[in-house]
Amino acid sequence: MENIMDNSTNKKDIIIEVNNVSRCFNLARERVDSLKEYFVRKVKGNLHFEEFWALKDVSFTVERGDAVGLIGLNGSGKSTMLKVIAGVLKPTEGSARVSGDVAPLIELGAGFDPDLTARENIFLNGALLGHPRSVMQEAYDSIVEFAELREFMDVPVKNFSSGMNSRLAFSIATIGKPDILIVDEVLAVGDSKFQEKCINRIEEMMAKGTTVLFVSHSIRQVEMVCNKVVWLEHGHLKKYGETKEICEEYKSLYKGMDIR
Amino acid sequence: MFQSTIANFRKFKPLLYELVSRDIKNKYRRSVLGVLWTILNPLLMMTILSIVFSNIFRFEVQYYPVYILCGQVLYNFFSDSTQAAMNSIIYSAPLLKKVYVPKYMFTLSRIMSCSINIFAAFAALLIVMVVMRVPLHFTMFLSIIPILIMIVFALGTGFILAAVSVKYRDIVHLYSVFLTGFIYLAPVIYPLSIISNPTLQFIIKLNPVTNMLAMFRGFVIYNTMPDLFTVLMAVIPSIVILALGLWVFYRKQDEFILFL
Repeated sequence: MENIMDNSTNKKDIIIEVNNVSRCFNLARERVDSLKEYFVRKVKGNLHFEEFWALKDVSFTVERGDAVGLIGLNGSGKSTMLKVIAGVLKPTEGSARVSGDVAPLIELGAGFDPDLTARENIFLNGALLGHPRSVMQEAYDSIVEFAELREFMDVPVKNFSSGMNSRLAFSIATIGKPDILIVDEVLAVGDSKFQEKCINRIEEMMAKGTTVLFVSHSIRQVEMVCNKVVWLEHGHLKKYGETKEICEEYKSLYKGMDIR
Repeated sequence: MFQSTIANFRKFKPLLYELVSRDIKNKYRRSVLGVLWTILNPLLMMTILSIVFSNIFRFEVQYYPVYILCGQVLYNFFSDSTQAAMNSIIYSAPLLKKVYVPKYMFTLSRIMSCSINIFAAFAALLIVMVVMRVPLHFTMFLSIIPILIMIVFALGTGFILAAVSVKYRDIVHLYSVFLTGFIYLAPVIYPLSIISNPTLQFIIKLNPVTNMLAMFRGFVIYNTMPDLFTVLMAVIPSIVILALGLWVFYRKQDEFILFL
């Protein structure tokens, strides 16, 4: 009896639990986007869908403080998996249980309003992540500092370069101490100096206990940041385990290809 | 479920504030007169309409400019806010694909930023009344009631339009045609007394907007209380539409991402 109790307290804190998640898309359905077409097809009996399973029966768990990399070729289901975890997309079957706040690094500042100034966008973007104005006010200086954009704060972001955009977006998403940070291909932009700074920031957050989900085509970056790796192939979970062995296998499988 | 909805609303309440303030900032960006346009716009429209309708078509209405301005205040709010709400989800597509945000926030914020305009337009109405020496009555204070009913009605309509237009973009085109016709289905610019056909008059009287206008004008111009039929035919349809809108939106919201 005592033994069992011990076991349960020793067990690490599970923060993300992905249970048999499958996600199906109806390929045909996405093309019928006008009423007329819908009715014409319905009358003709032409309305059958081609099913496409972007994810099929994927299960894994992530413990608090882990940094998990998602690897796989294009179309393997990485982005769909992230969307399911972020709560943007509901799984067709199975469930994804996430206990904590999720801070997504919004790709190239998708949350920015181009007509607003950088300063105004900081507050808007913060609110999108669920931070009230007072929190953003406190974090404001450190955001500006980290993005290195002090003299551009009153410029509308439509005049920003893509590098400036992602620097600002990264700085906003990484304030505070989110439970889970989702990093999706964002590190591909910005110069190498800033990339390094971002990786340092991510490691800093991990040290404070943030769980990181990391998607990158650069196997080198995955090796640098992650301690565990989920390898997806055609929507199936191929392997889940320690970074070192899985990355080795992945690299040897795609040796001839340019996966860096 | 209900509790989690409320907790979620609390978390994202700052977002509502930021979205409304963004709408208002963007509306008057780069205009010299800025917020003054909210008052000037209905005044200029009223001038044109009263010139046209007091010279070309003659309606025997006392204080016709005030009569028409009352109609404009409510009808323009309905038309502006529902159109903005209809596009609210479509325009937020890049964001909704990346981050989890309660989707109704975007629709709600659009209706709210348009509601702020009503009060500015109301200021225009007061100016005209003072200039035209229309007697001011204490019932004026009650005019907030039809305005609130109208906001409920627009909110419900907005939710339905937002949810349906994501899947069928035809609605966007169809709705602008509908609005052009709808202005004649309620006595916005003409007095109800010019409709001689009793069936037609009955149909127009069933329109909830007709009854809201009757309440509003009664309070503002004529110092009269609405009868029970008018009140019920304004309140009940508005509540039904809001309930229907929430239901449709709630049912459809998980699908939005497939069509964005």
